[in-house]
Amino acid sequence: MQIYFWAFVVGGLICVIGQLLFDVAKLTPAHTMSTLVVLGAVLDGFGLYEPLIDFAGAGASVPITSFGNALVHGAMAEAEQHGIVGIITGIFEVTSAGISAAIIFGFLGSLVFRPKG
Amino acid sequence: MLRGHQSWEFANKPVILSTGVVGGPFEARGPLANDFDILHGDKWLGQDSFEKAEKKLLEQACEKAIEKAGLNKEDIQFFLAGDLMNQIITSSFAARTLGSPYLGLFGACSTSMEGLALGSMIINSMGANYIICGTASHNSSAEKQFRYPTEYGGQKPPTAQWTVTGAGVALLGKEGSGPRVTAATIGRVVDMGISDPFNMGAAMAPAAVDTLQAHFRDFERSPTDYDLIATGDLGKIGYQITKDLLAKHGIQMGDQYVDCGMLIYSEDQPVIAGASGAACSATVTYGHILNRMQRGELNKVLIVATGALLSPLSFQQKESIPCIAHGVVIENIPS
Repeated sequence: MQIYFWAFVVGGLICVIGQLLFDVAKLTPAHTMSTLVVLGAVLDGFGLYEPLIDFAGAGASVPITSFGNALVHGAMAEAEQHGIVGIITGIFEVTSAGISAAIIFGFLGSLVFRPKG
Repeated sequence: MLRGHQSWEFANKPVILSTGVVGGPFEARGPLANDFDILHGDKWLGQDSFEKAEKKLLEQACEKAIEKAGLNKEDIQFFLAGDLMNQIITSSFAARTLGSPYLGLFGACSTSMEGLALGSMIINSMGANYIICGTASHNSSAEKQFRYPTEYGGQKPPTAQWTVTGAGVALLGKEGSGPRVTAATIGRVVDMGISDPFNMGAAMAPAAVDTLQAHFRDFERSPTDYDLIATGDLGKIGYQITKDLLAKHGIQMGDQYVDCGMLIYSEDQPVIAGASGAACSATVTYGHILNRMQRGELNKVLIVATGALLSPLSFQQKESIPCIAHGVVIENIPS
């Protein structure tokens, strides 16, 4: 049960940061999203994001910060195998499923629905 | 003729012979629905893009105005129009359909009164017998161009306004029956440094104030000389700022001051701070306000259409929003 509670709290707090970036820092939606991605990447760089996922489960893995975490993860894993070049080839290693899914499902959605604006 | 620093007085008093006012589904649910000539239930208007739908709105408004005046397309000497799309495609493409000699205008949401002032000037100086002036906007095409695609789901702050889907045109003539255009005040560009495209009302309010002050100064008039003074699309926030700023300058706007952006939708429609868009002042003026004049409820009105002269690029480059407002006086003159 406890993991549900912490997922709610941690996931909610990440969203609070996003909302504050909107309302207080007056960032655009695109800047807010990028900031959270970079935040996730930096946290993983310090080895802090994986423990957060262990602690809060989906509360940490669903928000966009997790995408930054996955980018760094993929790059580091490839770097260990192939050296410097691995950083380049590995960035989308872990995240490719997410990106491909976004493109494919976006395409399928566009076949069925008409845009609203 | 020139009056004061920046105003025109039209000695020949051009007549608004007819108007064409078209709206979309959201406007049809508002309190002014009865003042539209045509209302569409489908915001696509059967077209395959929002830009084409917007062009269709303007074309239909022109057709309606010509039909109501009992004229033919060929009788129209000049077509003066503008809109919010890049390179004013809505107006130019509608002008292609109309076939009349055409002057494209850009004054963003102030285009309605820019067109009416210029059209009246041409008629007043015997430059034409019949002129159509007008503008159109479409909620979805404006959202796409100036803000975010709707599907993106970007949050809107409480200061955001709703772009009107519609078109409003006036058919001007030298003589005939109808309300007459007697004066106009051309606005200056005013920029108070606001760069938030979700707070257009506050950005445009100082421009409205500047033009109103200039108008009262040039004609030595006061707000009480009018039965109604309407600003274009300031919304709740801009309306209050305008009232407060004018009061600071010693001009008290009474109950006869309204904002078109606060009239077109009802309180329970989710429009946040009110309506905006080029069609806002055009549809409210050429529909609601002129209908009230025809019923004799109003005899002398001042319309001050406000426009935000930004482009998507200038906004991305963090430029502030220069704004403008043009005022036109419309009167019932007993013949």
